[in-house]
Amino acid sequence: MTAMEYTPKEMMTIAAARTIRNRDIVFCGTGISMIAAMAAKHISAPESIIFFETGAIDSHLEEVPLAVADPRVMYRTAVNGSLLDAFATMQNRTTGKRVVGILGAAQIDPYGNLNSTVIGDYTTPRVRFSGSGGAADVASFVSRTIIFMQHEKRKFVPQVDYVTSPGWLSGGDARRKAGLCEGGPYLVITNMAIMGFDDTEHRMFLKAVYPGIQVADVVKNMGFDVDVARVETVPPPSAKELHILRTICDPQKLILG
Amino acid sequence: MNKTMTLADAVDRYIEDGCHLSIGGFTINRNPMAAVYEIIRQGRRNLHLYAHSNGQGVDELVGAGSIAKLEIAYGGSGRFASTCIRFKKAVQEGTIAVEDYSNYQMSLRFLAGAMGVPFLPTRSGLGTDLIARWGFSPSMRTGDPKLPDQKLCVIDNPFKGHTDARKVVLVPAIHTDVTIIHVQKADCHGTARIKGLPFVDVEQAKAATHLIVTCEELVEPEELRDNPDLNQIPPFIVDAVVHVPHGAYPTACYGHYDYDPVFLKQYAGLARNETAYRAYLDRHIRASASHAEFLQEAAGDRLATLKADPSTGYARDLDRR
Repeated sequence: MTAMEYTPKEMMTIAAARTIRNRDIVFCGTGISMIAAMAAKHISAPESIIFFETGAIDSHLEEVPLAVADPRVMYRTAVNGSLLDAFATMQNRTTGKRVVGILGAAQIDPYGNLNSTVIGDYTTPRVRFSGSGGAADVASFVSRTIIFMQHEKRKFVPQVDYVTSPGWLSGGDARRKAGLCEGGPYLVITNMAIMGFDDTEHRMFLKAVYPGIQVADVVKNMGFDVDVARVETVPPPSAKELHILRTICDPQKLILG
Repeated sequence: MNKTMTLADAVDRYIEDGCHLSIGGFTINRNPMAAVYEIIRQGRRNLHLYAHSNGQGVDELVGAGSIAKLEIAYGGSGRFASTCIRFKKAVQEGTIAVEDYSNYQMSLRFLAGAMGVPFLPTRSGLGTDLIARWGFSPSMRTGDPKLPDQKLCVIDNPFKGHTDARKVVLVPAIHTDVTIIHVQKADCHGTARIKGLPFVDVEQAKAATHLIVTCEELVEPEELRDNPDLNQIPPFIVDAVVHVPHGAYPTACYGHYDYDPVFLKQYAGLARNETAYRAYLDRHIRASASHAEFLQEAAGDRLATLKADPSTGYARDLDRR
């Protein structure tokens, strides 16, 4: 593979990494969210802090963790706290506003509500997934969440089978009325495109597509309509960004392979 | 008081059929696996298990048919199983009853139990199905004196919008009959030290009627008292201290050994196949008289490759593909 060829996974990771701002506190799950947070420190946000729900704050990641409880997250942290500390950091209205959370899910609806619990009826599910873990907590507390999704019709649905993690709920100011913290879904990053949420109704719209991806293909792979009037094209990964991903973040291709 | 005993004695004495249990650790780290295997060996049934994200241990207890009811936030084992396989199967086939919470909700529930209050408030999960949908029916709840009548309660902020919160969720306290944690160091009286992240082990320990501590190293009390700032578990909450080297295997124990990627991968494969899984339970777990025998059967010479580098706490450059 030459430097300028890249996989959809690499594009997704870089797209997320670019949105992380300096001094953000980045909540990571397993998988590409960790790689995105690692990459951001080398791209746009050298002073961002990676932290995990398990309580590890500012881990020195010499090797890729394969779970948020991997002993690799415990090495040379600023603080090895507990789960109670980690979630309190997000619920706390001073620190929580600085946290960006990266989540994934099995289903998402137009308002960014996420399902990672079941497909089918809750009490007699057709498919059972892992469940919330810390996702509902993160989605309830932090100022902005970035959601990684595979771009498939069965995953972008008008109504999720089970609301595990709150997005903008029914839109408008539903989130505030429910009592949730200020903030909410910010971006949805898929293997084809990036979606945002509009300012007042908080409904999903198509923000940008990756190079070579047609808007029609993006829309065809979603189970609900999205506004495409504002669509832009995402700049492809630069040689430097790819170099950081491949040689510094995940040289063994444990996640990106 | 000397509380050391064998693992078989500790499980025999404290774990009864149908008891309410929690185990420490998180996904692939510091699960009290030796104790989990002993519970399976002794054929305990109908257990009510409380978990936040205690992955591998939960999956093996569910897989062996030890669990009837499960309150859980997350059933996954990192990259090895994004959803724990036996857990997934048991829920889909309806062989266990499940109640879903979030990790913070479960952590607060243990803390409430440890504090001796009936509930604690949070803003987590407002507007979600974690609140709207119940896995345990109201009659199941009222029929079990150990369970609260409601899963979660939402109330208006009684302090009228103080801290800008309109509403809060109340999460009910958990009191387990028994909690089991695995730690790096303990003495014979029960004082214990966890190295690396403690997860929710300390709150789980304090929310229990009985506490079993398994440890990598059984040390002299003087050694722990030389650095008391590093200890988390006071001796008076501990009922049994069991010395089990590699007691968290195949999960990791920071500073001692890494998780075993080969075992966890094999496990994910055989957990998908009934015949293979039954053979695993019989040959690896039930036929082993002790954890040492299990280790020999399951890991053999591979155990040495998992040894943690003292400078990092994990096995550097371990092949994890």
